[in-house]
Amino acid sequence: MTFNQEHSIPFWRDDRFWKIALQVIAVVVVAAFASLLLYNLNINMQRAGLKFGFDFLDNQASFDILDSVAPYSAIDETYKSVFPYSPTDNYARVLQAGLVNSLLIMVSGIILTTIVGIIIGVFQFSDNWLLRKGSELYIEVVRNTPLLLQLFFWYSAVFSQLPRPKERLDFFGALYLSKRGIFMPWPATNPLLWFSLGLIIVGVAGGIWLWFWRTNLIVEKGQSGQTQLWGLWAIALTLIVVILFGLGWAFPHELTLDPSQFDARDTERFAACVAETYQVENLSNPTSEANLALYSKCLWTGNFEYGLRLSLEFAALLVGLVIYTAAFIAEIVRAGIQSVAQGQWEAARALGLHSDSTMRLVVFPQALRVIIPPLNSQYQNLAKNSSLGAAIAYAELYNVANTTYNQSGRPIDVMLIIALTYLSINMVISLTMNAFNRAVQLKER
Amino acid sequence: MLNWRSLLLTALLAGSLAACATPPEKDSGAAGDGENTAATAEGSRLDVVKDRGRLICGVDGGIPGFSYVDEDSNYSGIDVDICKAVAAAVLGDADAVEYRKLDSTERFTALAGGEVDMLSRNTTWTISRDTSVGLEFAPTTFYDGQGMMVRADSGLETLEDFDGKSVCVEAGTTTELNLTDKMREAGVDPEVKTYQQADPAYQAYDDELCDGFTSDKSQLLARRTTLSDPEAHILLDVTMSKEPLGPVTINNDSAWFDVVKWVTYGLIEAEELGITSENVSEMEGSDDPTVRRFLGAEGELGEGIGLESDFMVNAIEAVGNYSEVYERNLGKDSQFKLDRGLNALWTDGGLLYAPPFR
Repeated sequence: MTFNQEHSIPFWRDDRFWKIALQVIAVVVVAAFASLLLYNLNINMQRAGLKFGFDFLDNQASFDILDSVAPYSAIDETYKSVFPYSPTDNYARVLQAGLVNSLLIMVSGIILTTIVGIIIGVFQFSDNWLLRKGSELYIEVVRNTPLLLQLFFWYSAVFSQLPRPKERLDFFGALYLSKRGIFMPWPATNPLLWFSLGLIIVGVAGGIWLWFWRTNLIVEKGQSGQTQLWGLWAIALTLIVVILFGLGWAFPHELTLDPSQFDARDTERFAACVAETYQVENLSNPTSEANLALYSKCLWTGNFEYGLRLSLEFAALLVGLVIYTAAFIAEIVRAGIQSVAQGQWEAARALGLHSDSTMRLVVFPQALRVIIPPLNSQYQNLAKNSSLGAAIAYAELYNVANTTYNQSGRPIDVMLIIALTYLSINMVISLTMNAFNRAVQLKER
Repeated sequence: MLNWRSLLLTALLAGSLAACATPPEKDSGAAGDGENTAATAEGSRLDVVKDRGRLICGVDGGIPGFSYVDEDSNYSGIDVDICKAVAAAVLGDADAVEYRKLDSTERFTALAGGEVDMLSRNTTWTISRDTSVGLEFAPTTFYDGQGMMVRADSGLETLEDFDGKSVCVEAGTTTELNLTDKMREAGVDPEVKTYQQADPAYQAYDDELCDGFTSDKSQLLARRTTLSDPEAHILLDVTMSKEPLGPVTINNDSAWFDVVKWVTYGLIEAEELGITSENVSEMEGSDDPTVRRFLGAEGELGEGIGLESDFMVNAIEAVGNYSEVYERNLGKDSQFKLDRGLNALWTDGGLLYAPPFR
């Protein structure tokens, strides 16, 4: 009888029919729309006589890009990018160079913005009125202005206004700033470097393990953990020694004019420089030892050897992205900490925990559950926003790809490559953060 | 409940699809970019422009003398005058032009996507752009060469001095490629800063972030006037490349390409025949059969390319002949005072030569 009953209901009043039918309609609509777009693309490309394909990636790129993060190479006697590229390489290579530049910004940006964001977030709970209000003001100003504007600000109003190379700023002979870039110390490449790096990794891993073991001993067994604390100090001290002396830091060294090579024209220029810089007119015998020592500023060239050179474009983009994203992260950290019930603080205090132990063992682990998911999307935003570096001449992936498609006339193909690359990068960030998220979630037993 | 909601959503989707899918048979004036694209697939651009009653012309908008927008949003310059001449020839109205400011990186995509009908934007004619990028180049309206601008007190004199120095350049240009080639040839390795837009690039040069700026010489001269201290900058005495600049249309639309090509030639021919914006109406009554044919008083030259027979009369009335266009924007009546140089008629030792109008 049920058979008959089912037949008596018309199909358009059957719930099951509509469930399937709507799915089908939705698929047809999406497919029709996509095919319309593809048809249009196809017609236009045929009209203009363009073909789709990735063969062009093998063609010579013949345009140069900016070396942004460039350690000094003793062999070439110049600063060379971490990913060497020359205009005779092909398009595939230049796109890879752009990708490396993008990844450099993303990785350093994510690390720095997390540190700054957490510090500013914690400042909002500070008892110090200035810190609390200052961090609030920073968050409000930075969150409510467009990132592109901020990037132009950092580039044009801050880094572009650095002094000319010959008048560079000198910080303790280790850090030099000028329009030519930022010169800083950098580990020199030698066999000891790899040994030291290995030692640092082992040390850090051992330190983290010891830290967790000690916390476990204190929490579970009620021990003081004093022995382990000494172990931690020992590791920290060793790491500091290795970092300071094991990496073979090379400091940037300024190339100065050599007075023994001076000809008449150079002497004239030197005198002119002294007159302008020191307001000393008619210097008698400018190249005498005493005068050269006194007016050494006029021997500066602003050119360096050794160390690492960062371009202003890299610096401006990094600072802009870190400052912008940190404001959002600060709010996320604040919200996370506030989401932990007041009773947790009180209970921890009732158990006799110090305020730092309360934060570390009770409040922060609980806040992490709230913090990590939105943090994930901030990291992804930073990765995507790095493409705005194109506006300030930083040779990241989008900038390089833009030139590539203009010179090769392959907009569709290149756009596809960029889209897939950014998609993959964000997938990796998302997967990593999701794994981290699962690790800190409440374990329900 | 859920069913109703998804039903509504589906209906909305279907509705929007129907709206999008309606083929724009006659492209209306307020047409969006998408509709323009669809129209390209059907007829020639010429019909699209005629039906729309307006020409959409891609220009730079930031180079005095070529295409520049003043405070009252009036466009002027040699590139702008070419747009006006085409609009006058096709539509009979030189003001029926809508200008689109395009970056060097946007221009070809905008043309290929049908967002603009033609480019008149300092575009260098090269084989790869003519073939693999899918463009058609109308006759060169300005023969230029690539130069290098430096600060007068920098001590830089030749390209060999550029080792370890930095050069600013605009992305997606031929100058970007020539710079790399020439520097390789000179055996030096300067740092190249590539900007997506012209304004930030010149700003960076003005802020002394780069020691040199390279572009077409005419563009450097024009842009120098907009720097904070124009007198402090000089052009090096080097010509790094040939830069023939002219209007551009999309590949495989010969009807429209012919119109742009022959209107441009027409301005050159007018100079050769001595026809100016002032005497054009008198010249229609001339006894010279070449002039009469050229101005449409005799024969049917216009019909062959789908225009009125007196199409050149409108164009010349609007902007004048090539000489008038040049002198007004770049030559002696302008702030630049550029000599005609290569841009003189073939009869005067230049390169301008229009095939016969017959």
